[in-house]
Amino acid sequence: MKLLYFAWLRGKLGKPGEDLTPPAYVTNVGELLDWLETVSPAHKAALADRRAVRVAVNQDYAAADHPVRPGDEIALFPPVTGG
Amino acid sequence: MIRVQAEDFDIGAELSRMTAGRSDIGGLASFVGLVREVTEEGALKAMTLEHYPGMTEKRLGEIEAEALSRWPLSASLIIHRYGRLLPGERIVLVATAASHRQAALESCQFLIDWLKTKAPFWKLEETAAGGQWVAARDTDDHAAERWRKS
Repeated sequence: MKLLYFAWLRGKLGKPGEDLTPPAYVTNVGELLDWLETVSPAHKAALADRRAVRVAVNQDYAAADHPVRPGDEIALFPPVTGG
Repeated sequence: MIRVQAEDFDIGAELSRMTAGRSDIGGLASFVGLVREVTEEGALKAMTLEHYPGMTEKRLGEIEAEALSRWPLSASLIIHRYGRLLPGERIVLVATAASHRQAALESCQFLIDWLKTKAPFWKLEETAAGGQWVAARDTDDHAAERWRKS
């Protein structure tokens, strides 16, 4: 699974992304975030305020119950501030 | 048309191109967003815009398609820059053309309101205090919300 991090999430994690293989019980966005928190202290810190984290699965916004599958591109980022 | 680019754009040239050779357009509306020097943290040295290549273009295309479905537009254009920009530099151009002004003016405001809350861009402000990611604003959410179809 390809993870991408943007804005301060990239800063807190210290990298623009990574390839991770979550355990089989991870089937949706919410479960993925729960598991990601256990990967490292930096991941736990970056995800501490879930309300500040938006998720896109394969470049579409996704809610916590959106399914995730091996091979998906999952992006984590703060609320957008363009324009 | 959607363009996401690092380079600056020429407002006059872009608007002229939208109407060139056409006689069906009666109104052309445009909005230009600029980097402001004044921030809550003090004088801005620079602003860096980050985006999500691929998803940014995709979302902008969807936002443009939504405008085209709501208003009878003859042409539309969104240009959004990314990278490090200095105060006074242009960030974004939204332009819409229609037979009549109301469709052009309304859809132009709709596009910039929706773009600000839905297109994946993030702003990093550099001041004397260091770098600070800009937080999303409730006022932008409210501006986008009033275009929601009831």
